[in-house]
Amino acid sequence: MPIIETRNLTYTYPGASRPSISDVSIKVEKGQFVLITGPSGCGKTTLCRTFNGLIPHFYQGELKGEITVAGQDATKHPTYEMAKHVGLVFQNPENQLFALSVEKDVAFGLENLGVSREEMRKRVDWALNLTGIYELRERSPHEMSGGQQQRVAIAAVLAMQPEIIVLDEPTSFLDPLSAEKIFEVIHEFNKKLGITVVLVEHRLDLTAKYADHIIIMDEGKVRFDGDTREVLSNEETRLIGVGIPKATLLYEMLKKDGANLGNVTPLSSDELAKMLLEAIHS
Amino acid sequence: MSVFDGLKFRKVYSPIHNLDPRIKFIYVLAVFVAAIIFSAIIPLVVLFIMQLPFVLLARVQKQWIRSLRGALFLALFIFVINVATNFFSNGYVLTALNVENAAAMTLRFVVLVESFSVFFLTTSPDHLGLALEQSRVPYEFSFAFTTAVRFVPVLAEEAQTIMDAQKARGLELEKGNFLKRIRNYVPVLIPLIVSAIRRSLELAEAMESRAWGATKNRTNLYALKLHRGDFVLLAVTVGVLVLTVYAFFYVHVPTLSHLFGFA
Amino acid sequence: MLVVEDVRFSYPSGVEALKGVSLTVKDGEFVAIMGQNGAGKTTLVKHFNGLLKPSSGSVRVNGVETKKTSVATLARNVGFVFQNPDHQLFSETVDAEIAFALKNFGYEADVIEKRITWAVNLLGLTQYRKTSPFMLSGGERKRVALASVLAWDPQILILDEPTIGQDHRQKENLRQFIMQMQTQGKTIVIVTHDVEFVAECNPRVMLMREGKIVGDGAGKDILTNPELLEQSSIVLPQIAQVFTRLTSLGYPKNIIDLYEARDLLIEKLEKRRR
Repeated sequence: MPIIETRNLTYTYPGASRPSISDVSIKVEKGQFVLITGPSGCGKTTLCRTFNGLIPHFYQGELKGEITVAGQDATKHPTYEMAKHVGLVFQNPENQLFALSVEKDVAFGLENLGVSREEMRKRVDWALNLTGIYELRERSPHEMSGGQQQRVAIAAVLAMQPEIIVLDEPTSFLDPLSAEKIFEVIHEFNKKLGITVVLVEHRLDLTAKYADHIIIMDEGKVRFDGDTREVLSNEETRLIGVGIPKATLLYEMLKKDGANLGNVTPLSSDELAKMLLEAIHS
Repeated sequence: MSVFDGLKFRKVYSPIHNLDPRIKFIYVLAVFVAAIIFSAIIPLVVLFIMQLPFVLLARVQKQWIRSLRGALFLALFIFVINVATNFFSNGYVLTALNVENAAAMTLRFVVLVESFSVFFLTTSPDHLGLALEQSRVPYEFSFAFTTAVRFVPVLAEEAQTIMDAQKARGLELEKGNFLKRIRNYVPVLIPLIVSAIRRSLELAEAMESRAWGATKNRTNLYALKLHRGDFVLLAVTVGVLVLTVYAFFYVHVPTLSHLFGFA
Repeated sequence: MLVVEDVRFSYPSGVEALKGVSLTVKDGEFVAIMGQNGAGKTTLVKHFNGLLKPSSGSVRVNGVETKKTSVATLARNVGFVFQNPDHQLFSETVDAEIAFALKNFGYEADVIEKRITWAVNLLGLTQYRKTSPFMLSGGERKRVALASVLAWDPQILILDEPTIGQDHRQKENLRQFIMQMQTQGKTIVIVTHDVEFVAECNPRVMLMREGKIVGDGAGKDILTNPELLEQSSIVLPQIAQVFTRLTSLGYPKNIIDLYEARDLLIEKLEKRRR
């Protein structure tokens, strides 16, 4: 059974004239790394917020269709219930951290859930180590860089040990190097801990290589949904205006000009370079 | 924005900082009560001097003196008013006793203000927040307190950025008469307020997503435990209260004027 | 022309953010200032319109010494678009927002009207003239902020992190917009860490590190210099990453353009095919 499943999901914000997402039907399998992308306003942020119940509970508005997350109907459970199964990391690092020290922030969700102090201590230390910020645990959030703050936010969500972690453009404010580090951390806990990852991103050049499943949205609807390599080699995706990785574009251009590079679409510079070396040396 | 520098708390470790804020607060209340009970100058001087060891041990002399300077203006005002009232009601005669009483009133004011100042100077916001969480105060309030403190430097920086952005569009904040100057701040205040509202919305989303409201029995990563120093302070507090009550009922405190033969 | 001579700058807190920076930007140039967070990029560009004055050294904009000039005066020639449009927007309508700076600079009402019309047309905001800027989407608000700075037609335009939060299409529009401004003879300075965007625009790149300029040259050379990259935490553009692994085939390392890459590769690949 898929860990996230939606059927004909349609949502209109209160006071809006049009739905932000319409007829969205997707399936996410346990342990997958799913990339959701699309131009600004396509509904990807709205879709994220249905996964943990912020829509409809926090935002009100009109939600139609069905959604099941980790076996629960997200519309029937309050967000604090869903938070045990789905963690959500937001775009702005500064606005997710409330406490005056890193470890108190990481413990926030556990305190809310009433977890015992011993268990909390264990989980907080575990999450801090996983995200590589154990030495920073007594620092105050304001003294830290954006990349470090985002790692705190991720640790705070990890500590609650959800089955799914959703990240909504977590690296928007970060430089490419910090962004890469964050994606590596995410990749780690997806592969090592089996946590299902749903990542909303524009930067496909940095993330496409991690995803086994990609969903491209436009104007509230799902346009492409499937294996990353298949979808990104589809010419029609260029029309939507998503940032196809340059390595993939180069591959397509060379193939069109007649080069024989095999049929596996590359998603990173490493993959393309390997292909080129093989093709030229053979 | 040097006003906010004081709130950008630097971790200073001293024995006073490590004392339980709840006990410190009870001590401050005791001093407060004592200052109100006594009107004579000698006990008030004693109360004032009692604060000095705390200030010195906590190494906050500079900030403490700065806050004294701040209170000075009001203190002077109180002194002058008291002297003036006595003068006029006494038939235009100024006695040493009157001056001494005015000084006592002034000193009482200073002691009240300074005892709280010492409290805040020697208690970090985290510690204070923790104390609030572990007392009977509802969690919403201590959360509001720590979150507000956490965001003060952020808001201060944002205010500076907004001012820069508008200055870069030709806004001259210092120009014009008083009214115009107030209107000049509208392009700074509106973005600041709008940004604060947006920020609150994002914070609320993050809170909800981390199970805010899941249970009424919130647990806490830290626990405030009372140590030896806290019990010492508690003993001192009780001592102060007992002495105050005893002195008030049984000891006739001489006035300075009497001692020096001015009465 | 922008001349910066051995500028040092320390914040009141004591932190020395600029440790002797010198540079010259000629009229009509397009420059990207890059580097890690904290390297001093934004501190440097804030000297160009006088928001910050150097602790030592001098900054001259078209011959005018910034130390002795007010921001309002300098701003007439130097337009600064901040990263977050919400730090500027405060008016009831887009029109009023764009008129703000024009009024501050003392333009006549009929000139103001003309300039607003020009700016909204340029940025595709005509249908939003009477709309409140707070009702617009993120991308639209960014355009309003840009329009409000362009309206007074400054010769030098500074954009601080203009690509943050923008999707692919919006970045493409921005790139074309910058090219358009260049054809009008404007000097453009962008502060950014978006390597792919800079690779596509291929401007002059100045790389900063710890308050100094450590690299200054053509985009394709700076962005592909391994020593500089290591020092400044800049990531290689993806095309260059591919070519770094192809040096055994005799390829140069400083390729950042997609089409140039295709042309170079297709030669060898076609030979193989035959």
